[in-house]
Parts: sequence; C-alpha cells; structure tokens
Amino acid sequence: MSGAEKGAVLILGAASDIARATARAYAAHGHPIQLAARNVDRLSADKADLETRSAVTVTLHELDALDTASHKGFVDGLPELPHIAVSAIGVLGDQGDNASDPDKATAIFRANFEGPASLFLVLANAMEARGSGTLIGISSVAGDRGRASNYIYGSAKAGFTAYLSGLRNRLAKKGVHVVTVLPGFVATAMTEGMDLNPRLTAQPEEVAQAILNAGEKRRDVVYVRGIWRLIMAVIRSIPEGIFKKTSI
Amino acid sequence: MTRLSGWGRFPVAACKTRRARSEADVAAALDTPLIARGNGRAYGDAALNPDPTLDMRGTDRMISFEAGTGVLVAEAGVLLADVIAAFLPRGWFPMVTPGTKFVTLGGAIAADVHGKNHHRDGSFRRCLDWIEVMGPEGEVTRTRPGDDLFDWTCGGMGLTGVILRAQLRLAPVATGWIEQEVRAAPTLDAAMDEMEMTLDRPYSVAWLDCLASGRDLGRSLIMLGRHADLSDLPAGKRAAPFATPDKTTRRLPFDLPPALLNSATLGTLNAAYYARGRRKTCKHLVDWDSYFYPLDTILDWNRGYGKRGFVQFQCVLPMETAREGMRALLKRISASGQGSFLSVLKRMGPAEGRFSFPMEGYTLALDFPATDRALDLMKRLDDIMTAFGGRQYLAKDARMEKRVLDASDPRAKAFAEMRAQQGLTGRFTSLQSERLGL
Ligand SMILES: Cc1cc2nc3c(=O)[nH]c(=O)nc-3n(C[C@H](O)[C@H](O)[C@H](O)COP(=O)(O)OP(=O)(O)OC[C@H]3O[C@@H](n4cnc5c(N)ncnc54)[C@H](O)[C@@H]3O)c2cc1C
Ligand SMILES: NC(=O)c1ccc[n+]([C@@H]2O[C@H](COP(=O)([O-])OP(=O)(O)OC[C@H]3O[C@@H](n4cnc5c(N)ncnc54)[C@H](OP(=O)(O)O)[C@@H]3O)[C@@H](O)[C@H]2O)c1
Repeated sequence: MSGAEKGAVLILGAASDIARATARAYAAHGHPIQLAARNVDRLSADKADLETRSAVTVTLHELDALDTASHKGFVDGLPELPHIAVSAIGVLGDQGDNASDPDKATAIFRANFEGPASLFLVLANAMEARGSGTLIGISSVAGDRGRASNYIYGSAKAGFTAYLSGLRNRLAKKGVHVVTVLPGFVATAMTEGMDLNPRLTAQPEEVAQAILNAGEKRRDVVYVRGIWRLIMAVIRSIPEGIFKKTSI
Repeated sequence: MTRLSGWGRFPVAACKTRRARSEADVAAALDTPLIARGNGRAYGDAALNPDPTLDMRGTDRMISFEAGTGVLVAEAGVLLADVIAAFLPRGWFPMVTPGTKFVTLGGAIAADVHGKNHHRDGSFRRCLDWIEVMGPEGEVTRTRPGDDLFDWTCGGMGLTGVILRAQLRLAPVATGWIEQEVRAAPTLDAAMDEMEMTLDRPYSVAWLDCLASGRDLGRSLIMLGRHADLSDLPAGKRAAPFATPDKTTRRLPFDLPPALLNSATLGTLNAAYYARGRRKTCKHLVDWDSYFYPLDTILDWNRGYGKRGFVQFQCVLPMETAREGMRALLKRISASGQGSFLSVLKRMGPAEGRFSFPMEGYTLALDFPATDRALDLMKRLDDIMTAFGGRQYLAKDARMEKRVLDASDPRAKAFAEMRAQQGLTGRFTSLQSERLGL
C-alpha cells in the first residue's frame, strides 16, 4: 500500500501497553486504526491521542476474546476488513494459583490460546476470501519450552505458536501472511513489579517496531531482542532428562 | 524495589516504582506518600521516593490540537520529543524548551524549565493556559495563571500534587532550521557585554571554557539563534522546510572509565571547541535537533562519567552582582582544576512566580563527577553563590544542604509553610524535599 490509502490496522487487546505502542506506530505511518478491547469506552483518550498525533481515523470496538460466539459478528461489524490484524491479548496470572486451581488454569488457556485463535480463525477466513492480509500474533518465548515456573501460561502460548505456524502454512499461497511475535520480557503492566534484567527486557515501543518491521518485511517468526532466539535455542536443546531437574 | 536515580546517576536509591496509565491509577496510588516522576531528566533526587515513585510516563496521551492556533491539550507524561515529532511537520514548535527534548510536560511544568530564549520569552509557565493537578485526596483542580495553585505548582518540583494534564500554546515556525551565529568572547566581561547587546535575539547562550584562567577567565562562545524563515533556506530545501536530517542516535554502551574525563582531556576539548567556534563566526543554518539538543544524539551520555555518576551545579545571580559573582565562581573552579565538561552561561529574563528558579541576571550550569573533591568544591561554590545573592536550580540539585537553601532562597520557607497549610507535607514527598526540609 502507498500514499493516502493505507489499509486499516485492527488491534486486538488494545488497552495493553504493547498494543498502545503498536497502534501509535501504525498510526504514525498513516494507517486508520481499529481498537478492540473489553470496556472499550475507556480507550476514548487513546483514540484522541492517535487522532491528534497522526491525523488518522480511529474507531473503537467492544471485544471479549473469551466470548468466541461473538467473534464472527465482531469481525462483520468492523467498518472494513482490516489489512493487518495484531493480537496483543494475553493473561499471565500467577503460576502458583494457575497450577492449583483448574478454573484459573482454564482461564489462562482460554485467554492466551482459545480466544486469540478463534479471532484469527474468523479473520483468516475473511482475509483468505479477499486474498490479502496480514495476521500478527503476539505469543511468547514462554511457549518455546514448558518450564515449572510458568507452564500454564507457557503451554497456552505454545498452543498459540503452533496455531500461528499452521495458519501460516495454510495461507502461504493465499496472499495472507502470518507473523509469530515472540517477546522475551517486556516492561508492561503484565510484568510490573517483577525484577527483570534490563538487558533482556524490551520496551513496548521496541516490540511495536518489531511488529511493524515483521509485517512489512513478511517475516515469519520474530524474537523481540534477538538474544532471546539464542537463549531459547539453548533452553530447547537441553535433554529432557537434565532439563527436568533444572530450575530455569 | 529498583535502584533509581536522576539523570546524574547520583544519588542512587532503592525505590519502588509504580506506573500510572490513567487518572484512576494516580488516585489509587495516593494512599501512601509519593512523588511523581516524569522522564527522570532532573539530575538529582527530585523525582525519587522510596515507596512509591509514581511513574507518569504511562499517561502520555495527546487529547486535542487546534491547527489554527497551535493549542495542544495533553497528558503530563507526553515528551517534548513527541510534541515536536507530531507538530513540527505542521509548523509548530514548543515555545520554551530545555536542553533535552526527553522531558515530560509534567517535568517541564514542575521545574518550570527555561530555554535559550528565557531572556525574551520567560519560562515554561508562559506557554500554559491551564494545568490539572490532583491533590492529596484525589481531587482534580484545573488551575490557570494567576491562581495560587498554578503559581506554586510551576517550579514546585512535584510537591503540590500530581500534574495530570495541561493546555499549552505552541509557537508557529516556518522551517525546522535555526539560523545560528557563533561569536567568540575572549573574557567573561566580553561575553556578558555581548549577551547584553544581543538581548533582542530570540535564542542566546554561551558555552564557557571553565579551565581557562588568568587573562582568559570566562572565555566563551556565544551561540545566538532564531528560527529561520523560508527565505533563509537554500532553494533546494524550501520545498520541504521541515525535513531535517535524521540524527542517528548513538548510545554509550557501557560506563566510561572516569580517567577519560580528567582535566587534561577537558582542557584539550574546551580549547578545540573554542578554536572551532572562532573560525566560523559567520551565520549558518543548523537543524532544530542539533541546535537545541546537541546532547540528545548520544543517548545515555550520562554514563560518560562512569559508575559513580555526576552532579550539576546551576545557580543564577542577580544583575547587580552577576559579573563579580561569576568571576568569583569561575576563579574558584579554575583554581581547583576540576573543569566541567559542560559549562553554560545564560542571561535570564525577569523572575516570575513564587518558587520558580529564574531571576533576572545570569545563570551558570556546570557538571562535575560525583567525587569527594568535587562535592567539596561545590560547597565552596554554594557559599560564593549565597554571598552574591544567587539561588540554585532544584531540577539540577542532588546535594545542597538545607542551610544553603534557607540562606540563599527565602522563598523556600514560604513554600514549606504553604505545603503544611494545604496538607501537602508528607503526602507528596521526594528525597529532595526531605533533604531540603520542603
Ligand atoms: C541534558 C539536559 C539538559 C537540560 N537542560 C535544561 C535547560 O536548559 N533548562 C532547564 O530548565 N532544565 C534543563 N534540564 C533539566 C530538565 O529540563 C528538568 O529537570 C525537567 O524537570 C526534567 O523533566 P522530566 O520529565 O525528566 O522530569 P523528572 O526528572 O522525572 O522530574 C523532575 C521534577 O518534576 C516533577 N514531576 C515530573 N512529572 C510530574 C507530574 N506529572 N506531576 C507533578 N510533578 C512532576 C518531579 O516530581 C520532579 O520534581 C536539562 C536536563 C538534561 C538532562
Ligand atoms: N510483558 C511481557 O513480558 C510479555 C512477554 C511475552 C509476551 N507477552 C504478550 O504480549 C501481549 C501483550 O501483553 P502486555 O505485556 O502488553 O500486557 P497487558 O497489558 O496485560 O496486555 C494484555 C491484554 O490482553 C487483554 N485481554 C486479556 N483477556 C482478554 C479478553 N478476554 N478479551 C479481550 N482482551 C483481553 C487485556 O485486556 P484488559 O485490559 O481488558 O485486561 C490486556 O489489554 C500478551 O499476549 C502477552 O502475553 C508479554
């Protein structure tokens, strides 16, 4: 796309810090923005912000990722089928609680896998029918290998990562591109108060830039802060017999 | 707990930070004493509080902009860099800007920052139509120039409440370029004469060679500037007057060994700079970023002083004593051999407000490594500054003693009394306010 008619960008989970930075980055490039979130009215200041900074059109859309029955209607109700859709939906929770309470565990599975996957299902079909589009899913390095410290969240992200990979495979010849974004640590509301190594921790703006680049250059899988590709390669390569005794 | 500091990386304190993303987040944080923090560009401990420091960068939405008048409403965490990025291409620039664009509106208001045009245009308060401040009980007040709350909040260093939003006026500009004129002044007197004669210039600041002594004491380069008009640009640039070269920002990857900044290096650096400026006393065009923010192109340059950090000393002396007082300060510094990497001299316009830093006279700003020797020297400078009727800039301060503040700035007492009366003491509190008894 070029000039004035840039395609619309849909941001799912638009209240997240990463989502806000991503919306800003796309708006700065002149894309109309569709913000979707729960209680979306609270994003009226964000809408004003994008419109003030970048003079683009911004629309707000109510969305609950867990209400999968509503997803078809949600997509049909958008002012236009977006050119690019980014999912920033996710819930980390507390691993201790998640591992002991089936309801909590299920909520994590659903918010990180089922909800985003269902939304992408509907969007993928519509984009496939149109013959163009880009789906960008934010998964996590936590999905690269299950670890005692976060395997409830991690396994849901692993599911989402596999789903994105399959979707990419299916749509590769249909003009629809799928990007898997794998951040390591990011300084957002999700990680607030955690003691994170600053060298391994990206800012939301960095993730946003990585998302933009990946979409534009049609990358398949991107790690945010390249070092994480290496770290996860090492973690994945440890034989299970040894791995199970570690506490990484 | 994270280890937090100001831009000078001295002092460093264990602080629990809490990020506000909305007005409700600010209200929810008020149950314990706090200080608001912008982008941490104040040098010392003004934006440090052990539990919590309220990080306002999450409230950084622009709410509205009137293209006809350049009036912007925005949340306090918006950076001046964002304002420039959004509106310079549309022909607007901040009316007042400090020497870095990486400050928030909240920080610019709380310190009532000044720029190279202070002698003509005053401090940041001048571009404000109103600000909204949240008080200790979560009440939000929209306050305007002339109101008490406005007056105390501009320059109040976060101690009157949390600034949430502001309406400010931007200045129209025709291009993104500055016509700069550099003049060399061989002595302090010559520099000050030059600055008195150029009061009509919109921007003026002097870069001072702190290591020069004897006859050369106070030799400087005076940098004058004004926003270039379209007709000032070479024909090739007129089609895109706001397109200026994108600075490739570099980052200092690790802390430099302090030896690199010893006085020998500084001597050559200063001399080289002076020689360079003398050669081109003619006018030339400089892009806005290089002109206003030369240091911003090196991100994290504050690491250049090594792990122990550095301290800035900035004071202002009134007109009556400025010449004699500056000479005394410079003599003391030059005798110590502890030159400052950055020494800036600037003519200031009239004082405004009840607790803002500027007063009509001259301000001098110097950097020192945070060594015992330099800290000791600064105590001597405190005494000189006080004797000549000057006061210090709290946005740069990291180490002044309460007795120095009390002796040099009688307004501090009134400020502390106002705080007590309004129930602000103990509700909005920073390491700086504790140290200075504000
Ligand atoms: C390279 C460099 C050059 C500079 N040049 C100049 C200059 O030329 N002129 C000048 O005047 N200053 C200058 N400064 C100082 C700087 O402009 C001020 O310290 C400014 O306050 C920094 O803004 P900040 O957003 O980083 O605030 P911080 O450093 O985070 O905080 C500074 C003060 O503002 C308060 N504050 C911040 N946000 C809020 C809020 N939302 N509500 C209430 N209080 C708040 C804090 O409590 C604190 O007291 C310079 C600093 C640097 C690093
Ligand atoms: N921060 C990190 O270190 C990190 C690392 C790797 C990957 N990630 C991933 O990055 C993405 C963005 O996260 P973030 O760090 O920006 O954290 P965040 O602010 O917590 O964002 C997560 C977002 O998901 C939304 N969400 C959760 N459940 C939802 C539902 N049922 N329906 C609609 N929206 C829902 C939340 O909306 P509400 O505001 O309504 O709750 C929230 O805005 C997530 O997928 C996260 O897993 C983050």
